[in-house]
Amino acid sequence: MDPLERLGPLSANPRIAAVDTTAPDFPGRRFEIPAAAPLRLDSGVELGPVTVAYQTYGTLNADRSNAVLVCHALTGDQFVADRHPVTGKPGWWEALVGAGKLVDTNRYFVVCANVLGGCMGSTGPKDINPATGKPWGLAFPVITIGDMVKAQARLLDHLGIEQLFCVIGGSMGGMQVLEWVSAYPERVFAAVPVATSYRHSAQNIAFNEVGRQAIMADPDWQNGAYQLAGVSPDRGLAVARMAAHITYLSETALHRKFGRRLQNRAQLSYGFDADFQVESYLRHQGSTFVDRFDANSYLYITRAMDYFDLQAEHGGSLAEAFTGTKTRFCVVSFTSDWLFPTSESRALVHALNAAAANVSFVEIVSDKGHDAFLLDEPEFHSVIGGFLNGAAEHRGLKFG
Amino acid sequence: MTDPGSLPAAAQMRPRATIRVDLKAIAEMIEPGTRVLDIGCGDGALLDYLAHEKRVDARGIEISQAGVNACVAQGLSVVQGNADTDLKDYPTGGFDYAILSQTLQATWDPKAVVGELVRIARRAIVSFPNFGVWHVRLRLLVSGRMPVTDTLSAAWYETPNIHLCTIDDFVGLCDTLGVTIEKAMVLDSQGRPRSLNAPGRLANLLGEQGLFVLRRGR
Repeated sequence: MDPLERLGPLSANPRIAAVDTTAPDFPGRRFEIPAAAPLRLDSGVELGPVTVAYQTYGTLNADRSNAVLVCHALTGDQFVADRHPVTGKPGWWEALVGAGKLVDTNRYFVVCANVLGGCMGSTGPKDINPATGKPWGLAFPVITIGDMVKAQARLLDHLGIEQLFCVIGGSMGGMQVLEWVSAYPERVFAAVPVATSYRHSAQNIAFNEVGRQAIMADPDWQNGAYQLAGVSPDRGLAVARMAAHITYLSETALHRKFGRRLQNRAQLSYGFDADFQVESYLRHQGSTFVDRFDANSYLYITRAMDYFDLQAEHGGSLAEAFTGTKTRFCVVSFTSDWLFPTSESRALVHALNAAAANVSFVEIVSDKGHDAFLLDEPEFHSVIGGFLNGAAEHRGLKFG
Repeated sequence: MTDPGSLPAAAQMRPRATIRVDLKAIAEMIEPGTRVLDIGCGDGALLDYLAHEKRVDARGIEISQAGVNACVAQGLSVVQGNADTDLKDYPTGGFDYAILSQTLQATWDPKAVVGELVRIARRAIVSFPNFGVWHVRLRLLVSGRMPVTDTLSAAWYETPNIHLCTIDDFVGLCDTLGVTIEKAMVLDSQGRPRSLNAPGRLANLLGEQGLFVLRRGR
């Protein structure tokens, strides 16, 4: 089925759809974890019912061995290879995923789920708390990368997928990949953590905190209860996005794209308008982001990233997270990524080596910063293609 | 779960390109179905051969990014890394064979590297250009300048080969480290093994390359 066909009509006012739970939900598939068998979160809270919104592409083969789980990043969603229902833009990883692409939906059954705590259909803080009949807001329990993966595992149980051929994801998606291998080693044949780390660094926690404080400083945040008040902390969320967006790029990329060029003017305004193109660009990034993202979801998901530390979870020895692993790994980093620098991937590779894991590790030369993993990077793509083909050969997958 | 280390039978049928004679000599020493780490694996020719001809669980380390990317794009398991710094991460006895082909002379600390090789693998296979071969000696003697040959093709100021040694030097290093030489052979200028058994004076004079199989302890 054409992915576009499956999408229902777009909401008349997508802005409202993003924050108003009474608006029609997003198109796509839903799975519910029942209240009778709730998710036991790392915080100890039992959460249920939980909705998992997801998209699938391609066909699951007879022995259910060709499933690929794509894990999305902080502000990504399940629309990995579909036109986005709010922005109308192509899927966020169509560079890699689709018919005839590297993650070929003619070969693989691709699953991508909105993370727990997200705002694109999976249960999150903007949904109704069954106990109160009101939006969760800050009453929503703090969730972790581990909790996100647990919800995905329940979805795969429901889909009848015992072992994934591959789990792949970048940035926070890469954290989920590592969590998958660590928590469910028998369920992952191959793992591709891209532009990621086994733990969030102090610098990255710091950036996330700036974003959260920007949201919480917006009077419209209303201590998280903005839905009840009929407002939305758009200014705070936009600033959070602007700050974060800088970390996804590189100095070189920013300079090449904008330099010190002025925006629609011949000279400086001697004021605080967006004189520079880079200012205008960031303001645009911020203002469009609030149309598709929920501020409280941003708080919860950034928190989940901050809490992620696979090394600490294994008594300070990262190799312990991978003891006895049979999974084939392909670790990828990018030279200009200063948010998840190559040194983090190298530390991960050292731990995988210590666990005698089957691992490939490449650093791709790119000046596009962290966002390189989403972009057209031919060498990155040839590496992923080769790795997947090699893994498919080892798995004995046959394609017609 | 299917073991990712073993290839299905169909995959072995794929015809492979032939490999260099010296790599072939190394490949012939490897038991099928074993776990191998090739350090300085270059474009992955030996790894690819071992994976497909010997059903070996073949891994590689390569210092050049271009080499690593080419290997991984072929479906080989290779990490970007450095023999001097990265071998310490590997668990003791994690491999059946560790191969160091034409790389020892380019490491910073060959002594430590050889020590690590015999720690991480049951057998280490090491090959290197022999600086004691007669025509190298002759060139140095006659011209008074650093020899440039087919196997040592760069001038002294730009060569990556910073720790050249002779076959006798290497035997001495193994003795110092308490490493057992299980097998020693020399390769001629075409990389073909020459049947000189003991690494004696003749080997050091006639061998273009030394090829050794080592194991830890005496």
